[in-house]
Amino acid sequence: MPVIIKDGKFVEDQFLAAGGGFIQLDKLSLSTHGLEPQHTGVDVPNDTKPEALAGLLNSVEAIRIPFPSFADGRGFSIAKKLRRMDFNGLLRAQGNVLADQYPLTLRSGFNEVEIPNEQAGRQPQAQWSDAIGRVNNNYLDRLKGADQAA
Amino acid sequence: MYIYNDFDAEFVRDRVRQFRGQVEKRIDGSLTEDEFKPLRLMNGLYLQLHAYMLRVAIPYGSLDAAKMRQLAFIADKWDKGYGHFTTRQNIQFNWPLLKDVPDMLDALADVGMHAIQTSGNCVRNVTADHFAGAASDEIEDPRPTAELLRQWSTDHPEFQFLPRKFKIAITGSPNDRAVTKAHDIGIRMVRNENDQPGYEIIVGGGLGRSPFIGKVLREFLPKAELLPYIEAVLQVYNLEGRRDNKYKARIKILVHEAGLDEIRGSVEETFARTLAEFKKPSDELVDQITTYFNPPEFNNIQSHAYEEALETDPVLRSFVETNVAEHKNPAYGIVTISTKPIGGTPGDVTSDQMRLIADLAEKYSHNEVRISHEQNAVLPHVRKADIPLVHAALKAVGLATANIGLISDIIACPGMDYCALATARSIPIAQEISTRFDELKLEKEIGELRIKISGCINACGHHHVGHIGILGLDKAGVENYQITLGGDATQTMALGERAGPGFAAEELLPALERLLNRYLEIRECSDEIFLETYRRLGPQPFQQALYPEEEKYAA
Repeated sequence: MPVIIKDGKFVEDQFLAAGGGFIQLDKLSLSTHGLEPQHTGVDVPNDTKPEALAGLLNSVEAIRIPFPSFADGRGFSIAKKLRRMDFNGLLRAQGNVLADQYPLTLRSGFNEVEIPNEQAGRQPQAQWSDAIGRVNNNYLDRLKGADQAA
Repeated sequence: MYIYNDFDAEFVRDRVRQFRGQVEKRIDGSLTEDEFKPLRLMNGLYLQLHAYMLRVAIPYGSLDAAKMRQLAFIADKWDKGYGHFTTRQNIQFNWPLLKDVPDMLDALADVGMHAIQTSGNCVRNVTADHFAGAASDEIEDPRPTAELLRQWSTDHPEFQFLPRKFKIAITGSPNDRAVTKAHDIGIRMVRNENDQPGYEIIVGGGLGRSPFIGKVLREFLPKAELLPYIEAVLQVYNLEGRRDNKYKARIKILVHEAGLDEIRGSVEETFARTLAEFKKPSDELVDQITTYFNPPEFNNIQSHAYEEALETDPVLRSFVETNVAEHKNPAYGIVTISTKPIGGTPGDVTSDQMRLIADLAEKYSHNEVRISHEQNAVLPHVRKADIPLVHAALKAVGLATANIGLISDIIACPGMDYCALATARSIPIAQEISTRFDELKLEKEIGELRIKISGCINACGHHHVGHIGILGLDKAGVENYQITLGGDATQTMALGERAGPGFAAEELLPALERLLNRYLEIRECSDEIFLETYRRLGPQPFQQALYPEEEKYAA
């Protein structure tokens, strides 16, 4: 069972528990999955151009983007771009995401991370809840005027 | 000089704390070297042939006396009493012990410095013209923009795991001293037809194994739109850059393969979206940064001390001819301190020399020092009346070599002695060249000549853009040096052309002697520099000088 990390904690897969499911992007166009839009998730390979998803952003509830290796950072830009395309649903990073990278995923627009059970054993919850402390108070937010306090 | 606010200071300290924990885990064995690698690379720590190497950023090449003294302290306490200035305005310490590195980073943080993003596939240290704020030809000081880019790129959430490293350079002068056309992004500060300030954005330049001259992506970008635009370029690169082959992963290959127009289209489309969401930095923040770079209060009291000293002291005169550049204030000069004494190691500076440079900066240069990509130190604001004093102080510690722009002012990568990637030595070659042409007393006669030496195909020594470039390779276990001719690192950038077969190490010096004797014979006048003669006559006469045997065959 993979582990979902949300708000720095290991939690159960709430999307699946509520009756949702993930369909591969190339199967989605067949419209044979029988899921209601609010339960439809789509698996988008990380070499997909985000622009190609423009047509389905209103008809899916969740998008899951794989990180085949922690060194492959395409997922960060896909997430950011989808948010700039006004996608407001669930964004989930799946695969090789390190606890040290957790703040980057959240700041790029992901809501949660899904890691294999084996990795969760090596990087326990404490590392992820630690990392969440580094989400706020960053250079980019200051430059964009989100924090003018300093 | 930019001064850290509470936010900067806390950010850097937090990174040191994190890294200290990671080093402890590495030392007690809970992290393997493989797991530790990406973590140490995020903090500028490399593993080299003999030892770890710590690369410290000198953002846009600017230091003050306190920072310089701290570098000297670090060199004494945790290294062998010296540091090495690189071709990208960094300083490298070649002999630190792993257990000491967190303390070194804390010592850096004490003076507002760090090693963040000096390695790894992220946006590296942003470099700038080393004469910024001083040069007489400057349109605008590029450092506030460079600082803005430093802040934007530091810990940027999207761009810590790019296909490959990403280098940005900026110049505020039409005469490009920052090699902007050989960077992933080069930025030139310009004015449009209505005299509004903005930037020309150049993309896809780079040296390495496939050299490309950067191409103009946007002729004029309004000043306020810089960060969202650069963010758009990086997003296109992050999504579309190649990840299947490390040697084809830089943005220059993407631009080359996709075509400039295609990339421009993607960037502009992305930019429109980015601009809608990316609020520009507040005027307050930008003004705050800019204030740190306001010109110092110049002392314009007239004095004849300079002119008189020049008349009576030929050694000073010779120093001024090569090492002093024109300042925007006519009462001042820009003094370059060569780190390349005859036979020395380009870029190496001892802790004592660092402390002297710091003292001189404090006393004579409004507390400013710069490090150039040519690996020299610069005192940007020296009153002409003080130049004789500065020269005398430098002479006393062997730092008064009058060779800026001449044959012994060589850029050389660390080469096989220090770098795990190198396939040949480069520092000893530089030392031999400078010693030999000093013996021949030909340096001044030859005049401006840029020799650049790389110890492997990755081209850290910028050999492609040297008037004479030297590339050291390994041919079946024997060092072999290829010569390229006609390269140019400035606004008229050109890539050198390979002259012919390479030379064994011991054949290289005689070949260069033949080459430069030929130049002296065929130049039109003593003012025509090597590069101009090459451009006028082409490679043939120089190839004949390099390969006399083949000439005989042909005859």
